[in-house]
Order: sequence, then structure tokens, then C-alpha cells
Amino acid sequence: MKFTIMVNEGPYQHQSADSALQFARAVLAQGHEIFRIFFYHDGVNNGTRLSVPPADDRLIQKEWSELAKEHDLDLVICIAAAQRRGIMDEDEAKRQGLDANNIIEGFRISGLGQLIEGGIEADRTVVFGD
Amino acid sequence: MATKKFMFVNRKAPYGTAYALESLEVVLISAAFEQDVSLAFIDDGVYQITKGQDTTGIGQKNFSNTYKALGDYEVNKLYVEKESLEERGLTQDDLMDLVWEDEDEDWTEKPSIIMVSRSEMADVMAEQEVTLSF
Repeated sequence: MKFTIMVNEGPYQHQSADSALQFARAVLAQGHEIFRIFFYHDGVNNGTRLSVPPADDRLIQKEWSELAKEHDLDLVICIAAAQRRGIMDEDEAKRQGLDANNIIEGFRISGLGQLIEGGIEADRTVVFGD
Repeated sequence: MATKKFMFVNRKAPYGTAYALESLEVVLISAAFEQDVSLAFIDDGVYQITKGQDTTGIGQKNFSNTYKALGDYEVNKLYVEKESLEERGLTQDDLMDLVWEDEDEDWTEKPSIIMVSRSEMADVMAEQEVTLSF
């Protein structure tokens, strides 16, 4: 079965980010396909590479990044939500005249149409949020 | 591109969190993709479409007029749960008059709001193919 997963909450603040990560792993472990994972609302914070949690804690953003690399996943951050919350890739930072970017490898920034396309293309769309 | 039945479930008050505002942004995009779009308003989500919203005291944009524009995007199935209204001391009279114009009937204005009970809402949700909850 083909899944689209939507993540609506930020890491550490809310269980949703961890649950979505664990769900994605379970989906792949059972041989299903993930069409896309879309990050919206504070969920865009799953895509920053500048988080530094205490050494004995998990680094959720890195776990996403590694999972994406291992399974060639399409991790998409909503551009409108990202702009509000200061998640930038190199191109977007340049376009906005900002002095830095912070996106972690394995994520890309794109529009909400990617979420709708995900809903259309997948057999199941699963939302993780508050 | 294929057409699917999309439902956007609005559960939160319009201000206080970004869910309602950002949900509307997704609704408008889904309409642009010509999907079969429905909205559900349950729990505090019913406050999103109440009349007379005034945000001057909180320094935020009042986006309630956007709901009035939904009909122009052929988003004209707004299911409102009766129990959620009742639990908050509200009636349909407290809601905005949301309408759409039916092209097939000489642009007659028709109501977009469909009042349903909690169990009817469950039936409507069960018919959907993509349900996004905010």
C-alpha cells in the first residue's frame, strides 16, 4: 500500500513527530511504500539542522534525515509554514535576502500542492498532529 | 489528475493557535486542484465560522471573511456538528451566512452550511477518501 504522511507538530514539543517517525519506519518495515511525508504547521521544525538536544536525548531531525537517505524518501516542508517559522534552504534564504539557511539534508521546501498531490496519489493519508 | 473526496476537519478555535488559518490555506489549494472538498466543523472549530469576529484586541489579522469566499472556489459543503454548537451555547444564528452560487440554476444563492448530528458527521467522514484534521 502507498502512504502519504502529514506531520503537523514540531519535534520535542509534541509526541506527533516521534509517532510519525515510528509510523514511517513501521510502514517501510512491512514492505509498504511512502509516497511523500509532508511537514506543516510547527511540523516544519522537523527539518532544521540546528537543533542541539542534550546528549542523552534523540535527535529527531537527524533520524528523519537518515531515514530519508536509507529509503530514498520525499520529505517536503511547506514553504508558507516554513517562511513564517524561519526554516530556510539555500535558495529561499537567498531569495529573501537572509544571511543563513538551516534545512537538514534529506528535506526539500515546496508548496501545499505537494500535500494535495500526496493525498491523491496515496492509498492512505495519515495525519500526525495535536 | 484524479479527483478524490477530501475532508478538512476543523477542531480548533480560530485564534489562539495557527491551525484554523493554515487549514484554510490548504482548503484553498485543494480547491485549485479541483478536488471534491468538504469541511467539517466540530468541537471549538465551530467558532471559526461565528459572526462578528473582532481581532483588534489581539493584534492579529481577522481572516473570517475568507470563509465567505469559499463558495467562489466551489467549496460549498460545510458540515457543522449540532452537538458542538449546543455544548457551547451557540445556534446556527450565531454563524456567518455562508452561501454559494449554483451555476446550473442561474446562479441562485444556496446555503453552504449543512447542520448534522454527531452520528451523521461520522457517516459523512466515513465516505471520505482523504481526511485532514486540523
